[in-house]
Parts: sequence; structure tokens; C-alpha cells
Amino acid sequence: MRRSTPLVLAGGLLALAVACLLSLMIGARTVSPSTVVDALSDYDSSLTDHVVIHSRLLRTLAGIAVGAALAVAGAAMQGMTRNPLADPGILGINAGATTAVVLGVYLVDASEVAQFTALALLGAALGTVVVYAVASLGREGATPVKLALAGAALTAGLGSVVNALVMIDDSSLDRLRFWQVGTLGARSLADISRVGVLMVIGAVVIVAMAGVLNALALGDDAAVGLGVKVGRARALLGTAIILLCGAAVALAGPIGFLGLVVPHAARLLVGGDYRRIVPLCLLGGPVLLLLADTAGRVIAPPAEVQVGVMTALVGVPVFIVLIRTRRQVGL
Amino acid sequence: MTAPAPPRPARSRRPALVAIAAGLLLFALVIVRVLVGTPMVPLDLALRVIGGEAVPGYSFIVMDHRLPTAVVALLAGTAFGLSGTIFQTLLRNPLASPDVIGVTLGSSAGAVIAMAFFQADGRALFWFALLGGLLTAVLLLVVAGGGGPGAAGAADNRFVLVGIGVAAALGALISYLLTRLSLQSAGDALHWMIGSLSSSTWDRAAVLAGALAVLIPALALLIPRLRILQLGDDTATSLGLSVPRTRVALILVAVILCALTVAVTGPLSFVAFLAGPIAQRLAGRPSFPLAAAVGAVIVLLADIAGQNLFGGTELPAGVITGALGAPFLMWMLTRSPTSGSGR
Repeated sequence: MRRSTPLVLAGGLLALAVACLLSLMIGARTVSPSTVVDALSDYDSSLTDHVVIHSRLLRTLAGIAVGAALAVAGAAMQGMTRNPLADPGILGINAGATTAVVLGVYLVDASEVAQFTALALLGAALGTVVVYAVASLGREGATPVKLALAGAALTAGLGSVVNALVMIDDSSLDRLRFWQVGTLGARSLADISRVGVLMVIGAVVIVAMAGVLNALALGDDAAVGLGVKVGRARALLGTAIILLCGAAVALAGPIGFLGLVVPHAARLLVGGDYRRIVPLCLLGGPVLLLLADTAGRVIAPPAEVQVGVMTALVGVPVFIVLIRTRRQVGL
Repeated sequence: MTAPAPPRPARSRRPALVAIAAGLLLFALVIVRVLVGTPMVPLDLALRVIGGEAVPGYSFIVMDHRLPTAVVALLAGTAFGLSGTIFQTLLRNPLASPDVIGVTLGSSAGAVIAMAFFQADGRALFWFALLGGLLTAVLLLVVAGGGGPGAAGAADNRFVLVGIGVAAALGALISYLLTRLSLQSAGDALHWMIGSLSSSTWDRAAVLAGALAVLIPALALLIPRLRILQLGDDTATSLGLSVPRTRVALILVAVILCALTVAVTGPLSFVAFLAGPIAQRLAGRPSFPLAAAVGAVIVLLADIAGQNLFGGTELPAGVITGALGAPFLMWMLTRSPTSGSGR
């Protein structure tokens, strides 16, 4: 299955370009590729088609940012925790971020993306620390199963708290039930760039530490043997993961599956080296997210199916094929 | 005379003693559930009501509200405890409880679909929940369990992986359905999703009791085969056991237990997840009767707490099991050197 990396990366870039084009073209009002190019190169605000594309441009940018952030975070988590199940959703990070945002909406009426971001980062950090601390206590340290159990526990526990809060307050319910699905629409360029800075920092750290991820994936003893300062590496990677996940949740709500599926797909294409997996995730995450978002616009007209639902619809079959084609999902 | 008691009988007596203690605790909790609340019911009045006497004001509270609620709690906890333990034992993984691998969410999705598209309540909801749980389990079996013979460990791992994937997808589907409902119905659906005993009736208790009366004997017949299965697929096959058939039968029993209960009470999170591991810690080894008792204790305690501990606000049992179950599970994880390492 392994193919040459430059070829795969080129294919990834091409796929990303196609996904962007489709995301700009398709929707309630479908426009031709040439109009898209016109609108990008020579924008004319008097033409309806150009305005449509302009609004889709923001959405596409959000999709690229969120998709890359989640996929890279997923890859880093899988390597760092040596856990094929690692995903911002499964290890409780999304739950922490979501709960913090919900609490913010409920307690202080938060509605700005800046507020969402601060809350989501705080929640993601707390969630991560709790899950990691719980899994690390005890004799064996943070085994994959303990991490996943702690993450599942946190997710379910916080889920009850959120449901209880939302249940007593109808206006929170109305706002949150839409946000909770995960959607890329309705974000301004300022919001995207502000949150995007955090994502870029996180992604740069993880790209730079891809070699360290390789060492960590061999196990702590091997990593120490290779001269990696394990504690420091985990702290740095963890911070980067929190930045990426918190920012993604703030921008688009909790979107599942991307962090799980994309790294596994990348691993299948280029093998187990994180110096190849991470760059491919930077491309593959946006491709999957944009395709999912685009499909969601046309699948059930006139309503739109939110991207969080679509990633699940796309993600599950991919995920199942991954599991079925490999005897054991390893790293 | 005789040598000091060898360790073996001591070990095998412990689950029995713990089970007796659990039974007494359950009895006490049922009494508390019936007597305590607003208003308090004096014990002598409660006994007269249960004896068949009509006591104005109290007969309704005891016979139509608190007693059926206590009975449903008892039965629901039993069913969740058994269902979770079957999955966890069969798949040799503490993560494999029906709430984690998506069976519970499948039932919930079925019910929410019924609410969203058919304005269903009561009976219809019940069938949709059952259907949703069964379909999810069939999907899991076809996709994950239907693989050929060979590496048993990989098959188990695969089942949990697929289950977690399906659970996440169902979660997204439910969130989406909630956006399609009117605000009022979304609130109702959400309330149901949390899991509550507030709408317990004798009818529902009877349905659960009837199901358990069939399913528990079926499970009792299957448990010896489950023990053989735990020796590994190859060993089990060489001992003459039909591995796929046994596995499917056990999963069917577990799914029906879980889906029926979800249909009645909503998904009470963590009960199926926690009952087995707690029972195992108490007894020193896996025990189905004890897991059932522990499940019932959890549900009863959660319901009593939700009704009485928060002043005027009555919180559904599911909020309590979710909010307290999480830290408790985490505490167990930090305490136990081995529970997290099971495959």
C-alpha cells in the first residue's frame, strides 16, 4: 500500500484544490468554475454570483483551518499516546471545550468567537489535564486503554452536565443545539484569522516535532534511549494539541471523526513515519472537511446538513474500511 | 484435625456474601425510595397502603408513583448491569459496554427519530428504541464481528473500534435531529435523552419484568459457554463450542436487555459501564448476579439523590449517574493497577 511520499503529497494538494473549488462552486446556488476564478481574481460586488462565492470563501477558509487543525491534532495524539483510538473527541478534549463554551453561554451569555475561543481553550486544557492525570495515576501510567476510558468517562460525565444545564434553560438550548452539531457557516474573516493564528502555532510545533513523535510512538523507554526528553516533549505536544482543538471547537463547534480518520488514512498511504503523516494530515483534513461540508449543502435541500453530521457520515465508512482492511489497527 | 482453610473456598464465598449484602442494600434503598421525598410517607402508612388499604393522599403517591418508580429503577439497573457485563466479558474489554460502543445511542437515535418524524410517544417510542438498538448491534456484528476466524484479540479490538465509530456517528445524528425539531420537542427529546425514571408506571415495570423473566434464564444458560469462550476462540472451538453462534446469542441477549431498558428509562449513562467493574472489584472476580445488583443500586441511589438532594429542583437520575459516574470511574482507574489493562 505504501506509495512514494512526494507523489502522495502532490495528490493531496490536487485533492485540496479540487475540494476548495467544489466548496466554492456548489450550494443552494451553483456557479461555474470560471465564475469562481473570475470572482477570486476580479471581484465585482454587483454580481450575485460573486457575492455568493465571497461568502463561501469564508466558509472554505474556515474549513481548511478547522480540517487541518483537527487532523494534525489527531495524528499527534495518536503518536504521543500510542493509542489508535486517540481523537480529540474520544480523549475528552472536545468535551472539555464544549462544556466550557456551554457554561459560558449559560452563565455569562457568551456569543463572540473571541469569548468562545478563550473558553474553549480553557476547557480543552482542563479536559486534557484531567484525562491525562487520571490515566497517569496508578501503577502502570497512561496506557491507551486507561486514556480512552478516562476520556470516555469525562465525555459522558460532562455530557450530563451540559444536558442538565441546557434542559433548564430554553434559550441556551436553542442557541446550542445548532452550535453543538458543528458548522462552518457564519464566521467573519477577523474571527478566522484570530483563531487561525493559534492553529498555525499549534501546527508548526507539531510539524517541527514529527521526529519526536516517531520516537514517542516506539514507547517511552525507546524514546528516552533515542535522547528524547519525554516529559518536555509531551508538554509541548500537549499544548499544541490543546491550541488546535480548542481553536477548532471555538470556530466550528465539536466536529468528530476527522482527527481519528485522517491520520489513519495517511498512515495507510505513507506508512508509519510522522514526518510524512503530519504534512499529509495538513492536506487531508481540509479535503475531507470541505467535501463533507459541500455535500451537506446539497444532500437534503432546501435545508443544510451541518458538517459535523457529514464528517460522521463520511468518517464512519472510511473508518470501518480502515479497520477491516488491517488485521490490527496499530501505529 | 483439618488444615487451615485453603484459599479457594474463601475466594468463592466472597461473591455470595457480597451479593447478600447487595440484596439487603437494595431492599433498604427501595424502602427509602418509597418513604422519602415530598411528602414523606410514614412507614406504617406505607405498609397499610401496600397491604391493600386505601389511605387518602398516600395511596396514590405510594402505589402509582414511588413504588413503580422503585421497581422500574431496580429492573432497569439490573438489565443495564447485566447487559454491560455481557459485552465487557465477551469482548474482554472494559470499554465495550453498550454505552461506549453505540448500542445505547442506537436506541436513543431510534426514539429521537420517532419523536422527530412521527410525533411518537409511549408505546411507539419504545418500539423505535428497541429497533434502533437492534439495528446498531446488527450493524456492529455485520461490520466488525462477521470477520473470518483468526486472531481473536484483533477481532475484539476491532469490535470496540467500530463501536466507538458508530457511537460517534449516532451522536452526530442525534444532534442533527435535535436541530430539526421544534424547540419544545427538542427540549422533550433532550430530557428523555438524559435518562429519567419520572414517567415510570406499573405498565412499564411489567414490560421490563416480563423481558427479564425471559432474558435472565437465557443468560444463565449461556454463561457456562461464555466462560468457555473466555479461554480463547481456538480452545472453545476445540472443546466443541460453536463460537460465532454463542457470540451472536450473547450479544442478542445483551442488546435486548439494553434497548428495552433505554426505551423505558432513556439512556442512563454509566450504569452499564460501571456495574461490571464495580462488581468485579467487590467480589474479586467477575460476577453476573452481583453486577445486576450493583446496577440496580446505582440507579436507585441516583434516583433518590436526584429527587431529594437539590432542594426544590428534581434532577433526573441520568444527570446523577452521568455526573457522579465519571469521577467514580476515574477514581477506579487511578486506584486499580489492573482494571485498565484488560484487553
